[in-house]
Amino acid sequence: MAAPEFDVPKLKGYIEIPSIRPGAMEGIKSFEANEKIQEALGYPGKLVDGWEQKAVNKMGEMLRKYRSLQVFLDACVHCGACTDKCHYYLGTSDPKNMPVARQDLLRQVYRRYFTLPGKLFPKLVGARDISKEVLDDWYSYYHQCSECRRCSVYCPYGIDTAEITMAAREIMDSVGLGQKYTNEILGKAQRIGNNLGMPGPALEDTLAGFEEDVEADTGVAVKFPIDVKGAEVLLVTPSADFFAEPHVESLIGYAKVFHAAGISWTLSSHASEAGNFGLFQGSYENMRKVAMRIRDAALELGVKRIVVGECGHAWRVAYSFWNTLTGVGAGAEDKYAQMLQKQLDHSYPQPSHICEVTLDLVKRGAIALDKEANDHRIVTFHDSCNVSRGSRMGNIPGGQFIIPRELIRSAVNHYHDMAPGTTHEATFCCGGGGGLLTDDLIEVRVKGASPRANALKDVVDNHGVNFLALICAICKSQFTKVLPYYGFDMSMVGGVHQLVSTAIRLGAKE
Amino acid sequence: MSMSGLTLLYTLLFYLATLLFLAGVGYRIYLYSRTPAPLKIPTTPAPTTGVGVAMRMARELVLFESLFKSNKWIWIFGWMFHFGLFLVLARHLRYFTQPVWGWVVLIQPFGKYASFLMVAGLLGLWARRFLVDRVRYISTPSDHLMLALLVGIGLSGMSMSFVDHTDIISLKAFVLGLMYFDWQPLPADPLLLVHLFLVATLMIVFPVSKLLHAPGVFFSPTRNQIDNPREARHLAPWAAQLEK
Ligand code: HEM
Ligand code: SF4
Ligand code: SF4
Repeated sequence: MAAPEFDVPKLKGYIEIPSIRPGAMEGIKSFEANEKIQEALGYPGKLVDGWEQKAVNKMGEMLRKYRSLQVFLDACVHCGACTDKCHYYLGTSDPKNMPVARQDLLRQVYRRYFTLPGKLFPKLVGARDISKEVLDDWYSYYHQCSECRRCSVYCPYGIDTAEITMAAREIMDSVGLGQKYTNEILGKAQRIGNNLGMPGPALEDTLAGFEEDVEADTGVAVKFPIDVKGAEVLLVTPSADFFAEPHVESLIGYAKVFHAAGISWTLSSHASEAGNFGLFQGSYENMRKVAMRIRDAALELGVKRIVVGECGHAWRVAYSFWNTLTGVGAGAEDKYAQMLQKQLDHSYPQPSHICEVTLDLVKRGAIALDKEANDHRIVTFHDSCNVSRGSRMGNIPGGQFIIPRELIRSAVNHYHDMAPGTTHEATFCCGGGGGLLTDDLIEVRVKGASPRANALKDVVDNHGVNFLALICAICKSQFTKVLPYYGFDMSMVGGVHQLVSTAIRLGAKE
Repeated sequence: MSMSGLTLLYTLLFYLATLLFLAGVGYRIYLYSRTPAPLKIPTTPAPTTGVGVAMRMARELVLFESLFKSNKWIWIFGWMFHFGLFLVLARHLRYFTQPVWGWVVLIQPFGKYASFLMVAGLLGLWARRFLVDRVRYISTPSDHLMLALLVGIGLSGMSMSFVDHTDIISLKAFVLGLMYFDWQPLPADPLLLVHLFLVATLMIVFPVSKLLHAPGVFFSPTRNQIDNPREARHLAPWAAQLEK
């Protein structure tokens, strides 16, 4: 690792609220999308003439479509309760990374063009004309928000800065200013079916390779099926699971679980991606297009269940939005949604999270785990932001905290939670979510990870923790990259199903 | 003669303020209820039933539950102010009702001293705007003015309760006169005139200011949605168009 060109925060093992340092992160800009990327998504290729008025008009349109935006822009009382809640503020000290200040970048323009006091007395209410300066701030600071919703937990009105960030990004996209990382990936997912742009044949090769590896390793012929019609389960997982370390280890874990439980399953080359970057970019239509591929694949393959692999924002989209976007759950009226409803087995929640599936199998005795196999590991668990605050597992509120922990505890003997206030709904984002997982934002990512790194240091120092268990592809990539900046070994990062993979008894049913 | 001019002025002022307040807040509520929330975005863990959501809302309204989790200072000052305000407003009902309702009579002494709670809370919140660098950074002139306005209302009211009593009987006649369109003279007590002027100002700015948090909190999708997306499909009208 080359020496970083910025100061890496010193870890203390606890979290301190810094004094503000205005402008600390002002120059930070992630790469802009080029014309080709923008136009593939139906956006203007570059900043359009008269963008100022067009951006204001777009804001007006969104205010009519999104109650969240309208209410959140009006309701904030500037009480300051959220100011110390964002990991990017805690890590960078830049006051524009305080959730309310981030919202204000949009709110100032809202007030100027959509409220009477802002039209009459802009200075008094902190309203601002739209200008290049404002746009620069938008671009910079709306790409220093991972849409993790931590602020919304603590705001007395539940104001969710993620909603504001999404709206701002959509406004920018609509006038021709997009972010390269997110929009390029979104284009690939819409065209090819996964974020890597990996075509079907390449995927088949990769999966065949895993079959060989696992058989060589365990002596058991665990299959990695793809495009198998009539399989019971369609597994939709982040494409990083096919190529990245440590993600692959979890994919192997899922395959072993299905094998040991005797459940027929398949991946799909048409929908080989659970991640849905339409969420990050704030576009309902784009998010829907990506989600539709999954419905199409499920109909095509005739599966009875749809299961989602370890991916935080994918699970948010799947759990919270798929039913709305595509009618995967229950209650839809259009033809294809109804076909899907008939086809799916509603004795299982649709869609299900892989942790729900595996824990259920463990509890029913359909698979067996040998905890001792993980005795070299002392494990802690990072609650992924989107899972914790944007979704659920199981049938009770908070199931998203209970189920992964129960699953880990059934696979390992040594487990320690990180400090309260850094877990469950108070969890800190890994620092790489929401379209920030790109090298051009490495400084933001490293600094934004500092609250989590501090909490981790505490359990490493005091409990000897040597394994950080995750259920999110972005968390896995982010932590393998940034934890070394803080002196942690990147091999301590892994998936929950990596633990399952180590512990599972294959062929136990004979 | 000057007396009736003053009465006329305040009579018109209060009709105007009431009109703007009701129309403005009414329009806002209409706007919020008409604007769809296209996606399920409750901040989880969230209740899975309607009753659960009602309870969550009630805890937010009465206890400021989320604020309690986030910042004890803002919570204590904010709660003092709002609870004080609530009692003070309830106490004021005696000027609007004849005969005065029983429970309003009961809370009179509490309402009277609640004004201290209210003003102390406001001063605490105001102090934070100077003392805490993060809150100083986000404060706009209007944030300070709003606090000044409320403190002004509180102090002018308290001066009449505790220092220099005003002519309550005539005041009540004036207020009831406004309500029943049978206009009565307003006592020309400077403290009262200041108090009433500030209250009218508050009513006028309410629908175009951050005071919209009061109706807004009921419409916040992160707080008022049920967490049941897998069980029931949630579809906004404009989103349903995309299905066609
Ligand atoms: C539905 C009823 C209401 C609820 C649930 C509510 C809740 C809150 C909360 C949680 C805060 C943030 C904490 C604080 O700064 O106190 C706040 C702030 C505030 N509220 Fe309310 N409120 C309500 C009604 C009102 C009304 C009727 C007024 C005024 C007439 C008002 C005036 C204010 C002001 C001025 C602030 C900002 C204080 C500051 O500058 O720090 N609220 N409210
Ligand atoms: S959503 Fe997360 S990253 Fe964005 S402002 Fe809120 S706390 Fe910060
Ligand atoms: S906690 Fe909510 S109301 Fe308070 S400043 Fe932050 S966003 Fe505004």
